[in-house]
Order: sequence, then structure tokens, then C-alpha cells
Amino acid sequence: MSEISTMLGDTVNRLLGDLVTSEMLAAAEEGVWPAALWKAVEDAGLTLPLVSEKHGGAGCSWLDARVVLHGAGQHGAPIPLAETILAGWLLDCAGIEPPQGPMSVAYAAADAPLHLFRDADGWRLDGVCPRVPWGEAAGHIVVVEEAEGAVRVVMVAKGDYQIEPDFNMAREPRDTLRFINAPVTACNVAAALPADAVALYGALIRSVQIGGALERTLQESVKYANDRIQFGKPIGKFQAVQQSLAQLADEVAACGAAGTAACAAIDKSRRSNNSADVWLRIASAKARAGEGAGKGASIAHQTHGAFGFTYEHVLHFATRRLWSWRAEFGTGDVWAQELGRRVVEIGADNLWDTLTATD
Amino acid sequence: MQTFSFDPVELPPAAAKLRLEVRQFLAEHNSKRSPLDRAQSWSGNDPEFSRKMGEAGFIGMVWPKKYGGHERTSFERYVMLEEMLVAGAPVASHWIADRQSGPLLLRFGTEEQRQKYLPHVAAGKMYFCIGMSEPDSGSDLASVRSKAVKVDGGYRINGRKIWTSGAHTAHVMLGLFRTGSNPDGRQEGLTQFLIDLRTSDGTDLKAKNNILVRPIRSLLGEAHFNEVVFDDTFVPDSAVVGKADNGWSQVMSELAFERSGPERYLSSIQLILQMIRELSKNPTPQGYAAVGRLIAHLSTLRQMSVSVAAKLNAGLDPALEGSIVKDLGAVFEQETPTIAQQIFNVEPRIGKGASDLEQVMGFLVQNSVSYSMRGGTREILRGIIARGLGLR
Repeated sequence: MSEISTMLGDTVNRLLGDLVTSEMLAAAEEGVWPAALWKAVEDAGLTLPLVSEKHGGAGCSWLDARVVLHGAGQHGAPIPLAETILAGWLLDCAGIEPPQGPMSVAYAAADAPLHLFRDADGWRLDGVCPRVPWGEAAGHIVVVEEAEGAVRVVMVAKGDYQIEPDFNMAREPRDTLRFINAPVTACNVAAALPADAVALYGALIRSVQIGGALERTLQESVKYANDRIQFGKPIGKFQAVQQSLAQLADEVAACGAAGTAACAAIDKSRRSNNSADVWLRIASAKARAGEGAGKGASIAHQTHGAFGFTYEHVLHFATRRLWSWRAEFGTGDVWAQELGRRVVEIGADNLWDTLTATD
Repeated sequence: MQTFSFDPVELPPAAAKLRLEVRQFLAEHNSKRSPLDRAQSWSGNDPEFSRKMGEAGFIGMVWPKKYGGHERTSFERYVMLEEMLVAGAPVASHWIADRQSGPLLLRFGTEEQRQKYLPHVAAGKMYFCIGMSEPDSGSDLASVRSKAVKVDGGYRINGRKIWTSGAHTAHVMLGLFRTGSNPDGRQEGLTQFLIDLRTSDGTDLKAKNNILVRPIRSLLGEAHFNEVVFDDTFVPDSAVVGKADNGWSQVMSELAFERSGPERYLSSIQLILQMIRELSKNPTPQGYAAVGRLIAHLSTLRQMSVSVAAKLNAGLDPALEGSIVKDLGAVFEQETPTIAQQIFNVEPRIGKGASDLEQVMGFLVQNSVSYSMRGGTREILRGIIARGLGLR
């Protein structure tokens, strides 16, 4: 890990570890916006790690920013930290200076695409984006759309779209946003981004967050197994429990490694101007994380017994996020299916070359 | 709780160059093998192929040149290995000597031992087997009972080793025997010996040395491993590896090399390739999803394995990470034939008229049950991981 990674990791874990309490998480589920948490995270410079310094960011690599995304997942921070990091990066890719404050990213359903067009007053956006994370909390929404033959990053300010609030299983806001010929605050071409950038990189931030939340379930499970006495000894002394927690550790390790590999692939692609590998690594990360989320949550709950099934225990703040996040920005199976299709298209004889091409 | 990390690694440019050399070599020397033969993976034997690998400089790659090595980086060796395994090349003959015994001799062996064995190994002409397990000592390796008793000028060995892969073809056994006076000494009082089974030119020494090798057929009917019986076998003092009575810690360091290489997740790669070939003819959505999931696992395991290789290269001790790779890798290798069976309505079988897919499945359905036993059982590995988590 680089020095910046270590520093970011220390900052994010100390800050979120102190501030994100069970009380805060429970209050957030009732709709209380944790303004102090957002302010602390923004003041610590954690919201725009991927934005270049000339645009007011930290100019970090994805590998560095991964640490913040992981921490956001590990602590279940009830703010759009990961979404803001991604939105800032997308804006920066298009040469747009990101605003302060929480942001989010949005994309439309495949069968009802958005319409980005120009009229006398400038660019306008029309269409519906379902299940936008933290749509109401965000001051700005970032969308990536193709128009006039180029992929463009678009920013729309709050007030220029309608909001229908909804939630995921973890009671995180997932709102429907209606853009009705909405005026666009900023719009610029981003040559390096694919048209489905929000879905693709959204899948990555969720994969890394899943890695973080899984690590939390492991920490809680080990703690519980060492504390809980049955039959005269900590249940963690029983081989049956040890063997299943080892499998939870396997999942934590694999999901973490898959997300890390995808972040590394983005950094590499930006140095080499070759992004062929990025899609494959992100698809692998979401497929792997989607699977690990389910396996891991199940082992963690089994370890915690009935206590982990109560609202009072913290475990569900991680596991309900795992169950939600594995479905967001495409389920692991959807990504796996498209990955399989592409691999079959590449052909068996070229498989290994493809997997090793960007060493 | 001990933390584990799998940092991403960028392979040096020399590794990419070597990859092309290995592919060229494979195109020349491995193009005729059938998919079923390739599925044997690193249990496929072909001394002629090993000699060619030796000539090409693909054995002992990281060893000093004065012992016949090539002073390459361990990343180059990793790339060579994964290319060989993906191609299903028959690397079994020299496998153990190259992976374990050679590095062990470089670490603990005498100059005389290194000179005697390593150049032949690097040439692809001398093969090792490992004598660890016994009929009553499997996962509980510290319970080995076969004895080496000190006599004038050497030791007399009595006892039995089992599951010894390649003992019938190997030139040397690196065996672990009890030398301590305390028979209940467990981890203390164990010593590693070099026991010659053949001369460097292949002449069999077993009968002369009172060593009997009995083949053990696997459920596939093949005999890759053996029982080896020692009846008052004499070995000279010069056959002791490292320090007498220090065998346990030496063996443990040897096993660390064994747990996280590309062979721990590529044993079923031939079936994945067959699945891709089949799907290109008859695509199905569930076939795509199944293969995509396997590829996600494969690429993740490779990243993890390379990351552990980098740690080993840096002199660190990634015992926990290595165990995680091996545990996940074996699960992956074993579930591959089950998944293939779920998406293809074919009967796995080896024999006349069977398709490549059926044959490769037929082999792996049967053989893959052993993948979570060799080199440390699943239960032992998970115990190591649990210890790392602070549960033991």
C-alpha cells in the first residue's frame, strides 16, 4: 500500500469509527441526515480523492481511493460518500470542477433511456432514473449520456428534477428522479469514459463497499465467537465455528482482492491509455462480491445466533447493506452472464492471453 | 485478529517477455497432447518433456547459476508455471524437485548436496519425491514413527511412507524420519534425509538399499503414488539435510512454498476451456453465467496468488494468505466439474467415442476430490486461517 493509502485508511477508519455509531445508523434509517458526519468527512478531504488538484481534489489513484470506499462500506457510513467520490471523478474526467457537498450518480433503465439534447438555452436532460442512491440528499446529480456522437458527463443541480423518495433494505435512500427537460448545470465530453460509465463504475464502488462490509461482519463475528461462552468455553474454540469463520475470511479476502484488482486496472489503464482490461476486472469484482456478500452474511449470522437477528445488535447494519448492495448496479449474476458471453466470444484459445494481457 | 492483505502486483517487463518464450516452447513441444492428457495438469509425467524444459532453462529458474539455475526472478518462474499449467503440459517428473526440494537444499543443504543434485534437477534429468506421510500419520505429520537410528558413519532407516507421488520414477526421496531418543517427542527429534533411489543415470538402487516401492492405484485406476518401505536402509551422515533433529521447522518452511502457487487454482482449467468451446457452439444464458462466474473466481484467485508470490519474493511469511489461496483454490477446482454437469446434459466418461468435454469431465469429476487433501487438507488449512483470526 502506498503512503497515501495508509494515511487515508487511518483517517477514514478513525473518523468513521468514532462518528458512525449504532444510534446514528438507526436515526439515519428514520430519515435523519447526519450533517455533522458529512461535514467531518468533507473537512477531512475524503469526498473528492479522485478529483485532480486543479479542480480542488486530492488527485489520488483509484487504489488510494479504494481505501475510502472500503472504509465507507466497513462502517456503513449513512452518507453518499462512495457516490460523491464517483460523481467527482466522472466530472473530473470531463474537465468539470465538482461542487462541494454531497453528490450522487444516476442512470436510466435500459428500456427507457435518458434523452440529452441541446436547445437555445443549452443542454437539457429528459427521462427517469430509478433507485438513485441518496437522490434527495445530493446537491447535484451526475449522469453519463451519449449525445451528438460523444459520451458526455452531465451535472444537474437539485431543484431541477423531481424526487420520489424510496429506500433499499438497509433503509438507505434510493429515490426515483424525474428530469423533465431539466436544465443542465454542466456538460462536457469525456473521451475516456464508456457510455455506461455510471453502471460500470457504480458496480465497482459497490464491490469495494461490499468488501468493507464483509470485513466488518468478520470482525464482529470473531469478537462474538471469542466472547460468547457455551459449554464452558468461547464458541470460537469449537472447530465447527472455526471452520466456518475461516470460510468467511476466505470471502473477505477474495472480495477485497477482486475490488482491489479492478481499482489497480483502472489506474493502469489511465497510464497506458488502454481500458480493455477495466471492464473485465470490474465485472469480475461485482460477480465475486455478489457471491461473497451472500455467503459471508450467512456465516456471520450463523455465528451470532439469535443475537445477530435483533435490531439491537450492530451486525444487521452490515448484512442488510450486503444484501442490498449485491443487487445494486447489476447483480453479480448479471455481470457474470455478460462476462461469460464476452469470454466465449473471445474464445478458449485466447482466454489466458486476455487474463494476463495487462500484467 | 491478524489482518491479511492481497496487494496488487505489477509483473516486471522480463516476465512478459518470458511468457512469449514459454508459449513458443509450448507450441513446439506440447501441441499434440489431447485435452484429456492436458487435464492431468501437474500430475502428467513425461521425462522427455522435462529434459526439454531443462534445456530451455525452465527448471531451477530462480536458483544460482553455479547450481545449474538461471537466476531469474520468482515472477518469471510464476509466469512459466502458469503458462505450463494452462497448456496442460506434463510437468510432473521434475515438479517436486523444482518446487520444493531444490529450494529446500538451497536453504538448508550442504554445498556437497547442492552440487550433487541441483545441476541434474535443473537439467530436467533428476526427480525427487517427498517422504512425509505414513500409514498412521497424515494431517498429524508430527506423529511420524519411521525411524532413523544413528550407527557408525550414518543412520539405519526402518518404516513406511505412503502417498509418495512419483516414488517409482524419482531418483531421490527427501524423507522425514524420527531421530530423537524420545519417541513421543512430537515435533522435536525429526530429521530430513536425502535417500538415493536411483543414480543420476537412472540405475535403480532401491533393491540394493532395501527399499521397496509399491504402487497405490487411485480410484481412477492410475498409480501416481506409492507406499515406500524401508528395511534397515543405510544412509550416510552426508544425507542429513540441515540440522539433525531440526526437521520439523524445515518441513514447515517447505510447505509454505506449496500452498499458493498457480497449481492451486489451475487444476481444472482444461474443463473451463472445454466449457467455453462447447458454449461457443451451443450458447445458453445459464452457460454464460456459469462460465462468467468461474472466470471471476479465476481472475481473482490469480491476483491473490501473484500477490502471495510477491510476498514470498520479498522474504515475508504469508502463511495465512497462502492458506486462504489454497482453500479457495481447491473449492474452485472442485466445483468446476459440478458446474459443468449442471449446464451440459452430457455423461462424463473416459473412453472410446467420448467427446473431449466428456473425457475431461470424466477425469476431473473423479480426480478433483483429491485437490482438497494434497498439500494440506481443507480442515487443516481452515484451522490455520482460524488461528490467524485469533480463534485458537
